[in-house]
Amino acid sequence: MNWLQIGSAVFVGAMLIYIFPRMRHAMKNSPKGTTQDWMGFIIPIIAIVLFVALLIMSVR
Amino acid sequence: MYQNQSAVTRTSSSVLATNKVLKNTYLLLSMTLIFSAIMAYVGIISGASQGGAMIASFGAIGLLWFVLPRTANSAAGIPVLFAITGMLGYGLGPMLSYYLAMSNGPQLIMTALGGTGIIFLGLSGYALTTKKDFSFMAGFLMVGIFVVFAAMLANIFLQIPALSLAMSAAIIMLMAGFILYQTSDIIRGGETNYINAAASLFISLLNMFTSLLHLLGALGGDD
Repeated sequence: MNWLQIGSAVFVGAMLIYIFPRMRHAMKNSPKGTTQDWMGFIIPIIAIVLFVALLIMSVR
Repeated sequence: MYQNQSAVTRTSSSVLATNKVLKNTYLLLSMTLIFSAIMAYVGIISGASQGGAMIASFGAIGLLWFVLPRTANSAAGIPVLFAITGMLGYGLGPMLSYYLAMSNGPQLIMTALGGTGIIFLGLSGYALTTKKDFSFMAGFLMVGIFVVFAAMLANIFLQIPALSLAMSAAIIMLMAGFILYQTSDIIRGGETNYINAAASLFISLLNMFTSLLHLLGALGGDD
């Protein structure tokens, strides 16, 4: 294990420690979405997945 | 009658304030993206090492966590944001040099850059035209980011290529969610500070670009 890996591990570990309380706060306080709300998120995500697949095929 | 007029005046002033935040956010975002691209170029031509890139990224995260929250409500926030984006741009130097050394490297980088731009424009347009409230996604996005970082930490030691690709795909989808969430937050008046808004969108775009480049390099690269 080189020092770059150790540095990366410290960096990602610090991110986890920073995110954890914010994640708990967001989980407790964010409103619950309806099925319609989630569809409004899933549809653009499907479009992005297809677009990324197209980009991958274009560079092959 | 007077009540109705007052409500209309309040609504139109709130819409004007939201439009001003949005305009300033996009203006600052475009300037920081240009500055970051210049610093990435500096990183490439100066032959920045991986260690140097890591130190620049550490510095940028330190400024983002500890300095920007204290300066975002004053004019000092703008140079801090430029310092953050400049260091993150410089930190991209070694990664871009690696891809440029591949025979189709420039094509991969331009495809990832264009793809990120198109996704950002599409998502921003979607959030702006539908005016949907994406605040319900906050918990889901934070859990998603936490899981990805935990997997990233594990993969530093495990070195599984398939896990690395799965994380890149997950990051693209999570950053798309963050762009929708952040844009809807600005439109609905939740985020009124354009420096914070530009910083959040910049981080989402940077993560999306690097993840897309990783996917294109692994699945479409010829080396």
